[in-house]
Amino acid sequence: MTRPDAAPDRDAAVVLTANNIAKAYGSVHALKGVNFEVRRGKVTTLFGENGAGKSTLMKILSGVVKPTSGAIELDGSPVTFASASEARDAGISIIHQELSLAPNMSVRDNIFMGREIAGPTGIDYAEEARQAKVLMAELEEDIDPMTPVETLRLGQQQIVEIARALSVNSRILIMDEPTSALSAAEVEVLFKVIGDLKSRGVAIVYISHHLEEALQITDYAVVLRDGAMTAKADRADIDLEWIVRNMVGENYHLGTPPTGYQFGEVALSVRDLTVTDAANTGIAVVDRLSLDVRAGEIVCIYGLMGAGRTEMLECIAGRVPKAGGEVRLEGREISRLTIAERIAQGLALVPEDRQRDGLVQTMTVGENLSLASIGAFAKRVLLSRSTERAMVDQSIKSVTIKTAGGHAAIGSLSGGNQQKVVIGKMLTTHPRVILLDEPSRGIDIGAKAEVFRLLAERARDGLAVVFSTSEVAECLSIAHRIIVMARGKISAEFGSDASKEQIMAASGEAVVH
Amino acid sequence: MTNAASTTTPPSRASASGGGFELGRVLLEGRAYFALILIIAVFSFLSPYYFTVGNFLTMASHVALFGILAIGMLLVILNGGIDLSVGSTLGLSGVIAGFLMQGVTLPWFGVILYPPVWVVAILACGLGGLIGLVNGVLIARFKVPAFVATLGVMYMVRGIALLITNGLTYNSLGGRPDLGNQGFDWLGFNRIMGVPIGVVVMVVLAFLGSLVLTRTPFGRWLYASGGNERAAELSGVPTRFVQMTVYALSGVCAAIAGLILSSQLTSAGPTAGTTYELTAIAAVVIGGAALTGGRGNIRGTMLGAFVIGFLSDGLVIIGISSYWQTVFTGAVIVLAVLLNAIQYRGRAKAPAVAGATPAAKLAG
Repeated sequence: MTRPDAAPDRDAAVVLTANNIAKAYGSVHALKGVNFEVRRGKVTTLFGENGAGKSTLMKILSGVVKPTSGAIELDGSPVTFASASEARDAGISIIHQELSLAPNMSVRDNIFMGREIAGPTGIDYAEEARQAKVLMAELEEDIDPMTPVETLRLGQQQIVEIARALSVNSRILIMDEPTSALSAAEVEVLFKVIGDLKSRGVAIVYISHHLEEALQITDYAVVLRDGAMTAKADRADIDLEWIVRNMVGENYHLGTPPTGYQFGEVALSVRDLTVTDAANTGIAVVDRLSLDVRAGEIVCIYGLMGAGRTEMLECIAGRVPKAGGEVRLEGREISRLTIAERIAQGLALVPEDRQRDGLVQTMTVGENLSLASIGAFAKRVLLSRSTERAMVDQSIKSVTIKTAGGHAAIGSLSGGNQQKVVIGKMLTTHPRVILLDEPSRGIDIGAKAEVFRLLAERARDGLAVVFSTSEVAECLSIAHRIIVMARGKISAEFGSDASKEQIMAASGEAVVH
Repeated sequence: MTNAASTTTPPSRASASGGGFELGRVLLEGRAYFALILIIAVFSFLSPYYFTVGNFLTMASHVALFGILAIGMLLVILNGGIDLSVGSTLGLSGVIAGFLMQGVTLPWFGVILYPPVWVVAILACGLGGLIGLVNGVLIARFKVPAFVATLGVMYMVRGIALLITNGLTYNSLGGRPDLGNQGFDWLGFNRIMGVPIGVVVMVVLAFLGSLVLTRTPFGRWLYASGGNERAAELSGVPTRFVQMTVYALSGVCAAIAGLILSSQLTSAGPTAGTTYELTAIAAVVIGGAALTGGRGNIRGTMLGAFVIGFLSDGLVIIGISSYWQTVFTGAVIVLAVLLNAIQYRGRAKAPAVAGATPAAKLAG
């Protein structure tokens, strides 16, 4: 603080203020009264774990989502945005975490989508192409404006997304995880562009899970946890350790690794597994990865978005084809089996996106629970209703689902209970190995702890458990072993005594450097 | 939660697994019930001939054709697909039956084979199943969109029927006593305790279909893969097998309807059943099934078939021009789909709100 050159300009004008912003989805409070300000020509970075409310806050600032309560002030006068285009007209634009490009259209058409430049005879394509070229040159990316977006690799698509936001000439630019698919060189170019924008007086709001990377460019840091702001500071006052401490908190206990028993034989053995990207052939999203899990062992896989966790788990479960290597379940090679055959052999996957891949919304809680093991209820040809009901009731009890009963609609359950339905469904198949991709996604802490307790109990009975997470605190709960993945490879392996900082460093370093 | 409505009133489920009496489900199907009662009441008022046992049996045997097609169509629609080829399959099935009844000349042996009626029926049904299987393989194996695959098959099958008959109609389906192939008119003219055979066949198929949908693993797999194919696949449901099977069953249903129609008419023309596929789809939709898959049941579909059949026959009886009949039928379909949309929109909201929470949270 005493060094004037390191201290950010305290007088930089505040352009945007969010006062006491709250947002509730049903009974879940995504944001609980957050105050936030954005300064002209400065980078303000939002830190926080998944579910902390970062993206929700940014969606509110950019007019995509309306807050439940609270006010936004632009240049000191209160504003409300009915839509994203109203916010854009007011000078606020956002680069979304999920790409929002039309893959069938060209780079040029995507950049000017919704704001086509009118000429005397319809759209002035030549002018659009010229401006698109200028933007690409600025981003040092050699992409022809006429290239269809679907033929670009993911990183280049992200560049197009960034170019689109730049083309608006906005005063406030929100970047939600802009670097998750970029190569190190592309990140450098982006940071240079951010520098240019700053000098032009553009206020930038930056969100990233790559903490060290974000520290390179930020001027102010704001930390969110569970929908509330926990800390804010100038860049000069903080370091990595400060961010992690404020992000993670010390207060939640998600269990300890179950002890007092011996692990069994190796239940799941993965050797040199390689998976290539479905959209962009040749890029290995999982790169010659090897892993052994014993019966009764709980392994946690930590990694950032795009580290290859989902691809690895889905490949083991048979959803995604492998490009190389082998997968053995209790010694038997299972790579040629279908998903159904793998389930029958004792390998179950709880998918990452439970709405899309886990639940059938048109069916009841009971029907969802019995879906994976329905063949077992068939008495000769017909289902035995009483057997099924008994199994459903037993399952509801054993995984502690809070529901009116098996006949209730699946949509009537909370996120945590829905997740328990998906887990319960796979447990009824009596698996030897269960893979869970981000089992704690979007569920509250109480439900998280219950899910982990459930898994620990099953491990004690000899089930091999592999779960992935992007929250460090969850690594240090029930897992006997923590594996950190980065860029499709295992970058580090820890016991249950690892520290949060160690784990985070192992996941990020491989990306930044 | 904002979706409290879905927790207090048990949301109607189209998947009919529990035998419970649920308010929502009754409301869902109530719509078609009320429409049917209204149609019967109005036409009974307008015409003294409408509300008679004889007329109801006649109308029911008209309904049977569409009802049987609609049962097969329901299976396909539950899977999230569509089968446009059933009208053509119906036509070809009749033509094949007519062709076989005329006698098959085997030049190598110098004999003419006159297969008995039951062999003809089985062969026609087998052909229908085979056509359905072609649809199923195209859709499940080669990932051709169902609309396009069955559209193509629709044209091909119709073309084959025209080729076989050279555009003409087989008129003598009665068989000859000395050849032992009599009895083809049994399906179309005979009655069991006064009920036309066609109606009996429809009732039996509806019962079997209902049993398959509610009491077998296959039925559950069908609802699951129609409701969310990705989730079903990850739960170990053989989604491809399910998909191929429903199209094959739809083809068999079409073939059965074709046999009944040609038996009723004692003739088999190559253009029989044109646009019947659309009527079958309408019956399924009026019965409350969602074209997106996963919702619908046999009872609703049967009601839908009766609504369409009783309406169009009623319009004939009171002497309204056939042009107006077309307009009325179309209006009923639009109304039914509109009500479906309103109903499913209200329901879709609850999961959407619940779904928004984790999505928003994880994005944070």
